[in-house]
Parts: sequence; C-alpha cells; structure tokens
Amino acid sequence: MEWNELLLIVFKALLVLSVVMSLAAYAVLAERKVAAWVQGRVGPNRTQIPLLGGIPIIGTFLTRLGVFQPAADGLKFLFKEEPTPGHVNKFYYLLAPMIAFIPAMTTMTVLPFGQYVNEAGEVQPLVLANLDIGILFILAVSSLGVYGIVLGGWASNSKFPFLGGIRASAQMISYELSLGLSLLPVFLWFGGSLNLFNIVQGQTDLLFGFLPQWTILFQPLSALIFLVALFAETNRLPFDMPESETDLVAGYNTEYGAFKFGLYFVGEYTHIIIGSGVFVALFLGGWNLPWVTLPAGLFGTVLSVLIFVIKMLALVFVFMWVRWTLPRFRYDQVMTLGWRWLLPLAVANLVFYAIIIAVIEQF
Amino acid sequence: MATKVLERKPLSLAEQTYLPQILGGMKITLRNMFKPPVTLEYPDERPDIPEGYRGVPTLVKDPNGREKCVSCQLCEFVCPPRAIRITPGEIDAESDTAHVEKAPKEFEINMLRCIYCGFCQEVCPEEAIFLQDIFSLSGYSREELVYQKDKLYELGGTLPDQHYKWDRKREAELAGNPHH
Amino acid sequence: MSTMSDDNKQDTVTIYVDDQPVEVPAGINLVEAVAVAGKEVPHYCYHPKLSVVGNCRMCLVEMGTPGRDRATGEPMLDEEGNPKIMWVPKPVIGCATNVSPGMHVKTESSLVKDCREGVMEFLLVNHPLDCPICDQAGECRLQEFATDYGRGYSRFVEQKNVKPKRTRIGPRVTLDDERCILCSRCIRFCEEVADDPVLGFIDRGSYTTLTTFPGKELDNNYSLNTVDICPVGALTSTDFRFKMRVWFLKETPSIDTESSVGCNTVVGSREGTIYRITPRRNDAVNDTWMPDSGRTLYRQVDADDRMTQYSIEGRPCAAEEALTLASTYLRNGRSAIVASGRLSVEEQYLLTRIASHAPGETPAWLVARHAEGDGKLLSADRNPNVRGALVTGLIDRIPEAQLSQLSAALESGKVENLIVVGEDITQAGISIDQIKKANVVYIGAVHCDTAQYAKVEIPLLTVFEKAGSFINQQFRVQKFAQAVPGPKGVLFGLSNFTQLLAAVSDGKDRIEPSPAAVWTEMAAAIDEFKELSFSAIPSTGQLIPADRFADLPFVEGKSLHFEPRTAVADA
Repeated sequence: MEWNELLLIVFKALLVLSVVMSLAAYAVLAERKVAAWVQGRVGPNRTQIPLLGGIPIIGTFLTRLGVFQPAADGLKFLFKEEPTPGHVNKFYYLLAPMIAFIPAMTTMTVLPFGQYVNEAGEVQPLVLANLDIGILFILAVSSLGVYGIVLGGWASNSKFPFLGGIRASAQMISYELSLGLSLLPVFLWFGGSLNLFNIVQGQTDLLFGFLPQWTILFQPLSALIFLVALFAETNRLPFDMPESETDLVAGYNTEYGAFKFGLYFVGEYTHIIIGSGVFVALFLGGWNLPWVTLPAGLFGTVLSVLIFVIKMLALVFVFMWVRWTLPRFRYDQVMTLGWRWLLPLAVANLVFYAIIIAVIEQF
Repeated sequence: MATKVLERKPLSLAEQTYLPQILGGMKITLRNMFKPPVTLEYPDERPDIPEGYRGVPTLVKDPNGREKCVSCQLCEFVCPPRAIRITPGEIDAESDTAHVEKAPKEFEINMLRCIYCGFCQEVCPEEAIFLQDIFSLSGYSREELVYQKDKLYELGGTLPDQHYKWDRKREAELAGNPHH
Repeated sequence: MSTMSDDNKQDTVTIYVDDQPVEVPAGINLVEAVAVAGKEVPHYCYHPKLSVVGNCRMCLVEMGTPGRDRATGEPMLDEEGNPKIMWVPKPVIGCATNVSPGMHVKTESSLVKDCREGVMEFLLVNHPLDCPICDQAGECRLQEFATDYGRGYSRFVEQKNVKPKRTRIGPRVTLDDERCILCSRCIRFCEEVADDPVLGFIDRGSYTTLTTFPGKELDNNYSLNTVDICPVGALTSTDFRFKMRVWFLKETPSIDTESSVGCNTVVGSREGTIYRITPRRNDAVNDTWMPDSGRTLYRQVDADDRMTQYSIEGRPCAAEEALTLASTYLRNGRSAIVASGRLSVEEQYLLTRIASHAPGETPAWLVARHAEGDGKLLSADRNPNVRGALVTGLIDRIPEAQLSQLSAALESGKVENLIVVGEDITQAGISIDQIKKANVVYIGAVHCDTAQYAKVEIPLLTVFEKAGSFINQQFRVQKFAQAVPGPKGVLFGLSNFTQLLAAVSDGKDRIEPSPAAVWTEMAAAIDEFKELSFSAIPSTGQLIPADRFADLPFVEGKSLHFEPRTAVADA
C-alpha cells in the first residue's frame, strides 16, 4: 500500500470520525429539543457564538434553535473541574469511560454510508473497511461497550453505580441473543452474506416492478425484534435500566463528572447513531430510494450519502420520540420481555424464515 | 379495614404486545410537538400579575408625597413571622406634616422572613403598606435583604389615596376653631 | 376620698343585677357593685380612688328599689307576692348611686344600651380618631367602649373641633386636647391626691379645653399619674411618647425601689428593653399611684456606668475566678460586710449566711439614705429594704450615712477583708487609702470609686433583672419579678451570692440560686418568715410581725396608708 493511499484512509477515517462525533453532539441537542417540544417547552435557546449569533435574522434563528448549544456543552465537559472521588479504584475508574467510548467509535468502520461507481463501472461502497463479516464485527465490537458500563459501575465503588453496572450486564446478555437471532433470517434472505454492502445492494431492485425490496417489508418481525433489542442494547428508554435516574440517581455514571462523563455521553449517542445506521442498512434499504435509480458520478455519491444520513437521522429521531413517550420498564419486566417473549419469538422467526427460504429455493 | 377487590380485565393479545399502546402514546407526543410552548421565557417575558397579587410588601406615599406610615406598629404586631421591625419617631414640629405627629424613624422588613401573607396590608389603618407586584428579590447577603425604609419607599412608590385623611385634618386646623 | 372604709366590709346588702341576686358590701356604688356581680358598667370619669363627679354619663343604668306603700309604709307586693320594684323613670349614673337593700339594676336593657350608644357618639363627635398615632391605643377606654358599646359607624360629617395638640403642660406630661373627653380625672387627682391643683377646664360646651392655670405647670412629683388615669390619650408621658405601642409590652410586677414605701409597679418591657414603669394597684400601700421619680429608674439597666464584667484588680476574668478569689479572702483573716438597703431580702440573707462561714466576727453595715419624705409615696428612708436587713439579721440597728466604725476598723487593721455590696463607700466616709489597705470585694451594678480600688469586682443585677422581695416600711414583704434578662456574662438570679456561699463554705453550704430556694431556708431560720414561702406571698404583699423591731428609731414619717409606730408611741 502506498503511503499516500494510507494517508487517504487516515483522512477518511478522521472525516467520518468528526462527522459522527458532531452528529453525536447534535444528537444531544436534538434530544433536548425533542424533549422540550414534546413537553411544551422551548428547549435550549440562549447560547450564542459572538459573531455568528449576531447576524440579524439567521443568527437569532440559529440561537433560538440552540445550534450553538453543543459547542457550549462540549466546552463545559472539557473545562469543568474533574473530580475523582477518593473511594474509587482509580485505574479502572479512568479506564471505564474509554472502554465505553472506543467500541462505539470502532463499529462505524464497517458501516457503509453511501456508494460510488468506480472506473470499472462497478458499484462500490463508501466505507472505511468493507469487511465480509461486517455485521458480525459490529455485533462483536458494540457489545464490548457494556464492559465500560460494568467496569465503571464496579470501579466507582458505590452502591448506585454498582447496581447500574449489574443491570447493564444482565440486560446486555438478555437482549444480545435476540439481537443476533433476529438478524439471521436477514442474512439467510440475502444468500448468507454478512457483508453490509451486499445486503444494501440486495435491497436495490423492485419486486414485481413496483414493490421495493426492503427487508422490513419481508421480515417485519425480524425488524421489530432487532429494533427492540437495539433499544435495549443502547440503554435507551424504556430500557435505561443501567442509568434509571429515578431509582439509581444516575446509575453507572453517578460518580463520573466532566470529561469522563462526556465520554460516556458521547459513547451512548454514537451507539444510537451507529445502531440506527445498521438498522437503515439492514432493513430500510440503505441509501436506496424506491422507484429511483441513483445517477452515477459524484452527484449520485453525494445523494446516496444524503439519503442514508437522512434515513439514519429519522431513526435517531424515533429513538428520542420513544424516549419522551414511554416510561421505564420495571427491571423484572425487562427480563421477562427479553427471555420469555423476544428470545422465543426470535427463534420462531428464524425457523419460520428458514423454512420459507428453503421452500423458495426449491422452486 | 374494608377491602374492595377491583376486577382487572385480562389484556387482549394486542395489548400484551404493548405495541398499540406505544403507538398511541407516540401519536400523542407527536401531536404535542407541534403545539406552541406553554412555558414563559421568564426573565425576558414576565407573567401578567393578577389584581390582588401578594408580592413584596412595600411602603407607599400619598399623591402629595407624604409618607403614609405613622408607625402605629400594627403590622409589626400582626406579622406572623415577625419580619417587620419599626422604630417609631416623632415628626419635627417645623415640618410640613407636623400635624401627623408620628412617622417611622426606621422601618425594616426582613424579606427572608416575610411569608407574603398580606396581613400587614390588611391591618394597616393608614393604607401605607401594600403587597405589590414585585415577586423576585435577590441579594448577596442576609443583611441586604433586610429592606430599610428608603428601599421600601423606592419599591412602593406612590399610590392614589381615597381618603386624604390627614389633609382633611389640616384643613380643619386651618379653618380653625370658630370659638377662638 | 371615696375609698370604702374597712368597717363597711362587714355589712353587706343584696341587690339584683339583671335579676341575679348579688351580695355586695353596703355603701358602695353601682359601678363597683355590678363589678362584684362579674359584669361591667362602662365608665370614664369614675375612678375608685377619686371623688365622684358623674360628668361623663357613660355609667348610666336603670335602677329601681322595692316600693313601699305611702300610706302604710308596708312593702308593696305584686300578684305573686314578690316585692314590687319602683323603677326610676330615667336612667341613673352608676357611679353616684349607692346600693341599697333589694335594689334592682339593669345593665343590659335596651334603654341602657341606647344611652351608652348616645354617649359614645357624642364623645366621638370631636374626638380626632387618630388611634394609629395615639399612645393610648391598646389601653384606651374610649377605644374599648366604642368597640363594646358604640354604634360602629359615624354619622358626623362636619369638620371636627380643633384644639391644641402637643401642648407641654409640665416637664413630663404632654397634652393633646383634641383627644380629651373632659372626664376631669386629672383635675381631681391634682386636687385630691397630689395636692397641687394646677389643672382646670376653660371655655364651654364643645370648646371646653383642659389647661393649666396661668403661670402654673404640672410639675409635681406625681404628675405622671394623670397620664395613667387618663382614660384616653389626652395626657401622655413625654418620656414614653411614641416610644413603643403598649400591646408589645410585657408587663412584669415589680416594686419601686426609691424609698421604703415600696410602691407596687408594673414594668413594661419588650425584648429585653424596658420602656416604662406604671403603678400597680395595691390598696394597702400605694392605691393606684406612684411618684414620677420612680418611673425613670429603669434607666439604670442601660446606664453608662453599668458594670457588666467580672474582674480582678481591673483585669477582666471569669465569674468563677472572681468568686473564688473573693471566697479565699473571706476564709483568711477578719472580714466585714457593707451591704445595701437596696438589696433584696434574699441577697441580704445570703450575705448573713456567707458571713457566718468567715472566721471570727464579721460585722455588717448598711449605708443609710435619708431624705425628707413627702408624706405621700416617698418616705424619709430612701432605701427600699432596710427592714429586710434587720429581719434577716444582717444588721441590728438603724443604719447611718457615715461608716465611722468601719473607717476606724480599717484604719487599725482590724478588718482585712471587706465585701461591699451595691454601695459606694467612698461616699460614706471611707477614704481611698483605707480601701487600698484591705482586700475589697465590690459587688455592684455600677462603676464607682469603690470599684476602682477594689481587688475584685463582681457585677450585680438591678431590680429589673432578678426576682426577689423587699420589706417595706409597714413590714410588708412584697415580691418583684424579673422583667428583663441581665447583661451578657453576669450570672443569673442569686448565683453570685450562692456561688460565693458555696465557695466560702468549701462546697458544704449550697442553695439553689432562686428566691424560692432561699425562702425555704429563711422560713426555717427566721421567726418572722415562719410558714411563709416565696410563692405564698400574695401579689399585694404579706405583713409580717414587727414586734422585734418596735424599739428601733425608724426615720419614716406619715405617708399614704402608713402611720409611724414610734410617732404613735411618742404621742
């Protein structure tokens, strides 16, 4: 590999990283704004960047929208006093937020977010690493994130974080199974490929000339199980057992502040974004629009990325929408739902589609 | 204790999946998102203070600029948290309002103690103390929030007088005693 | 004076107040008689200690007596055989109507109510209604009766009469003529009690005005009693004027300490500050009066020369340290005590107890304060409690103004330790050199020369800051209560003395620092106090046997309710 090619990859990585990071930051803003709208409030509307915010109409509009808020939040996380409680296990206490943050960031390397057509006329994915086992990589790495939470809860040496950590691990184990099982029919459907790009490409064509070949239309139950499990995996309401403010103060991150808390925070939102991306790629046709063929060339590439990002953000919005609608499940309800409903359902779903696919392949 | 057993209807299959309920909830929150905010952006927007609102107690002057309080100390007496402290004083015989004879030398209201009950306003025989529409006070120390007479008059300002009791008294004095 | 004499108390008559039979002393008027029945006849001009004039008309009641047949002189009876009541066709004033057997009184009939309403309305016609600035508000009869018996609203729309306000009629009294309801109590007081007739009414009708006689002013030593008896706020005390509203004042029973008359007083204080002293009715001592001079005594509480710090040779120290050093002096060498006739009985008794623990003879003196008595409520002996020192055995003769014996004893070195309580002995014939010779322990409320040269200074509470008792010229034990807390850092109550007693006796002689505990000890030790306790002393005082001191030449002359015994013996 030549060195300038290497540089290009590093540049691409940095670009994607910064985009996802800022997406995460604005996801926080979106969360606050959505919460405010749902509750009949205004939300963040004060923060102003001196010059930009001073522009007569646009500046005021952006300020009211809270566009500058993430900058303030980020600076706050950076410059806040960073206390380390005396009773913690320092090494693991410092390690835990990184462990939570790094897997969340790593998963995006294999997530294709667009397409381009190369000189040979082949459609190629826009992705940092086009692995053949992409989805396995995502499942494997993203589930590492729970170690950050468990470790943080344990290293804090305090009762609420500890309970939060325990809950996180139990929840993760319970829903990881359903998550994996719900995906198997999808892979079967697309001929056993684990490559996300292939799966997206498989959803390009129309069935019978009018029906978009999106997986969600053929496997709604898989999509539902995956979505529910995704909520649980990302610790979002109604499954935010590890954090549950009302009974565990702030759960696993009770003893964390400033930048360390910021890492957890960004990690959580990155999880949501990547999770949404995966869901879009697997079930919502990726960058495909039904009845539309993407033009070749740069315009097509940009369009594909835009379509993908818009779909992804819409799903992120659904995450927030659900959060501000539903109350939290009780802990035993979470377990019941995971083990007695989702898991059997996922198994049944797999068996059902295995038979269907076998039958289809016979003809 | 008598107990009443409530009958709980068994959930239907759809209800057991939670999904219809979740969707119903999401419909409500979605609708809410497009409604205008119900909150007030407080320091910029101020609420409409209704008539009869009991805000900070203040001392007022009559339209002629006379301080109405004559330090009868009834408010001090009636004040449930004992927030009011008055040092009575005599008006100088040379003063314009010498016929009123008595005025507070010092008048303190401890706003940290005040419970805004309005008893002082109700009891005042001279209509000199009013709970007006000021509702947010701030200060850096406890001493600062013990409001002195000048501060209380500054907050209170001038209110219309319905009786002009003391002006009528002076008129009578000027008219004099027909016998003398 | 219209005080009922003691003889009448035996004879009682039965009258009927609103048809309820009540037995009342014969000869009293209807205002008093109805009060016995537990009801009230409102009145302004009537005062139990002054003559009756009946000019306010507020005490109008309906009255009737059992009828007698003119021809036969037989009692008239109605159908049921009850005595027939001949009602007086018009209401009569209660203050000038004395009770007679079988008399009927109506105090709540509609006629009576109408009368009161009418009188109130007329009184209020020219009254300025400036209650918010009036010092009398809260203890004003006009206010009270307007609420209880008035019509509740005014029909008077014309301009009110104008009269002088803020008039200085004496050094201590300010007059507001507009408020005056012309009851004439003050005029009668000046004539009948103070014996200084300077007040009178001028002009007629609505224009009647109270004023002083030309060239005179109300400056006698009883002038402030006119303020007390004024039912409205016309006469006000210049000292108390606009200082504090009366409803804030905590009223504590106390005793006037300026002479051996021992006027009963009420101390009005708020939050530890005394605002005024007023007389308390005691028909055996001071009626309802007190001298003006006794009303400013509260100023000693915050006096500039007030002593509030324990110290040894001018160096401030803890109370225990000072008391321990004082006890060390007392236990070594010959001691003497100069006590004060202003100390309470309890303090004087504790001093005798302390003296009994010192080695050898411990002589004690009091410093006399003699002045001319005024024959009313100031006696010649200006010490309130010389008799307490006699009864408790602290001294056995009438004190003298100069301590010549002590002076000699100090000069000769016979007295090495000297406890001085509440007196400046430099004013009593002791020189500063003599003070320097001995170990002087000064216990007192004020700084003085004695304190300056004393080895130990111990602050003393004033009469307003402690509870206790005095024995007045009649040998009447009278209690006083604590009105305000003592200065910061001064031991409370009798602690100075009980702690000194405990230290002197090596911890063996311990008494609780309360008057009650000291009285338990005194009842056991002193014949006159046998079967008496502090709580058993009534609020009007308790006379004790004085036979033991019959031969002593007391200096008091005749005064209100007091005949000197020696004078009787001389005659």
